[in-house]
Amino acid sequence: MKNLQKEPVPTISMEEKPGRKMIEIIGLKKGFNNQEVLKDISLQLFSGENLVVLGKSGSGKSVLIQCIIRLLVPDAGSIEVLGKDVNSLNRYELDELRKKIGFLFQSGALYDSMTVKQNLEFPLRRIRKHLTEKEIKEKVNEVLENVGLADALDKMPSQLSGGMRKRISLARTIVIDPSIMLYDEPTTGLDPVTSDEISALINEVQKKYKTSSIIITHDIECAKATADRIMMLQDGEVYLEGNINDFENSTDPIIKSFFK
Amino acid sequence: MKNLHPVIKIKSFATGKSVKISEKTLEKTQMATEFFSDIGNMAIFIKEIFKETFSRDFEFKEFLRQCYEIGNKSLPLIAITGAIMGVVLTIQSRPALEDFGAVTMLPGMVAISIIREIGPVITALILAGKIGSGMGAELGSMKVSEQIDAMEVSATNPMRYLVVTRVLAATFMVPILVLFADGLGLFGSWVGVNIKGDVSIVLFLSQAFSSVEFIDFFPALVKSFFFGSVIGIVGCYKGYNAGRGTESVGVAANSAVVLSSLLVIVVDLIAVQITDMIL
Ligand SMILES: Nc1ncnc2c1ncn2[C@@H]1O[C@H](COP(=O)(O)OP(=O)(O)OP(=O)(O)O)[C@@H](O)[C@H]1O
Ligand SMILES: [Mg+2]
Repeated sequence: MKNLQKEPVPTISMEEKPGRKMIEIIGLKKGFNNQEVLKDISLQLFSGENLVVLGKSGSGKSVLIQCIIRLLVPDAGSIEVLGKDVNSLNRYELDELRKKIGFLFQSGALYDSMTVKQNLEFPLRRIRKHLTEKEIKEKVNEVLENVGLADALDKMPSQLSGGMRKRISLARTIVIDPSIMLYDEPTTGLDPVTSDEISALINEVQKKYKTSSIIITHDIECAKATADRIMMLQDGEVYLEGNINDFENSTDPIIKSFFK
Repeated sequence: MKNLHPVIKIKSFATGKSVKISEKTLEKTQMATEFFSDIGNMAIFIKEIFKETFSRDFEFKEFLRQCYEIGNKSLPLIAITGAIMGVVLTIQSRPALEDFGAVTMLPGMVAISIIREIGPVITALILAGKIGSGMGAELGSMKVSEQIDAMEVSATNPMRYLVVTRVLAATFMVPILVLFADGLGLFGSWVGVNIKGDVSIVLFLSQAFSSVEFIDFFPALVKSFFFGSVIGIVGCYKGYNAGRGTESVGVAANSAVVLSSLLVIVVDLIAVQITDMIL
């Protein structure tokens, strides 16, 4: 069988020193109404690495990354992205920061009323404003080829299968060359073959565009394939942090139940 | 006496003693609270719309697209309603005028009712159903499927891109559609007159416009602008603030229609009072 275990990524972007903190979260707390979802989360994402965040359904993984990009405002704690305190930015500064971050939504969030092409052009036209029509076209074709769906250009999202939607939304996310990628369950609901392809794509993006990524998942195969480092959430707190071996060799029942 | 509604004990805020109230009362209190917080939130929403309308980057292309969508989609509906309205109104008014031997007044009377009242209000009510529900459902489903969040992370202000363009498009297009409905209403009226008589269109129009003055047009046009913005604001508000589940899309569309129709009538009442006071 194919060994999915990831090889270490040797080189990291030239000008970005390895070890530079892309994201730093300290003491993050977030709840809804009377429900405490995140109690005390601290994490760091270093330049060029893939950090996988594991946790069972409802443990607040999506809430965590939505806080990072300020789709949700935390109750307490500080979030620094690329050295900026996310929650003290004004609208303009926030937009500038968001232009450097790619966010893959759990549901894909493709614009229903637009074709695949228009979906991909939307962020390009709004974020890379200086591009010419020709460059836009080239870029769209490039990312579509990267996700292996070059012929889907003129389809509407409703005409795509679940896996194709995932790939198109991944394409829409990487089209702006983000330096940080946030993936919310990139492989959930896909068959094993497609999942492996998506995992491979994530690694490719990391290598090709030198991105640092947080990958939210509860798919162990995807975690094994993509992780440089793993972190597990449980009851709103970080339960264990380490590399894949730490998790696989753990005797803790909760972690074993994940890695059986 | 039989107790019709189940009773709940709750602790009073003021005295700390527990008091009994019926479930029905509690439900009504909650409904009232919801109603008032809805109004408060809508006021904030309107303030936000104003702020974004006068910001630097106005989404002009999207605004034009919305105008086209609204006009194009509602035109046939408005045309048919307008024409039928004219025919029916004429047929219904005829006997009353005949009693006074004033059939020549028929075109003028119908023209005044269409231009002053029936045209704007019927058009606005139909559009509340058509574009109000459309906006509620569209924005609601965009909200539920995270498309609005996706815009947000693409450094696009969804308030500016989605809401402001739609509200302004409705504000501009509704008066235009009202004028269109008025025109077809008059045409319908001419057809109605000719069912039992023989009046040329030229004569009909000169009879109609001998009783209509600019003063009849102007307030109707102004109130149509308000109808348009009410429909746009309510539709967008309900859609933009839809809940998290798929069922909230239906709720958003439905409540958009109900609330905007109601508000159209309320605005009409206020507009009539104001016009009456000024003129
Ligand atoms: N906007 C919101 N309003 C209210 N409650 C929310 C909101 N977002 C998330 N929650 C609640 O927070 C909890 C965690 O949700 P979240 O979506 O982060 O889970 P998750 O770990 O991503 O799960 P899954 O793996 O199923 O996606 C859930 O109980 C959910 O009901
Ligand atoms: Mg989630």
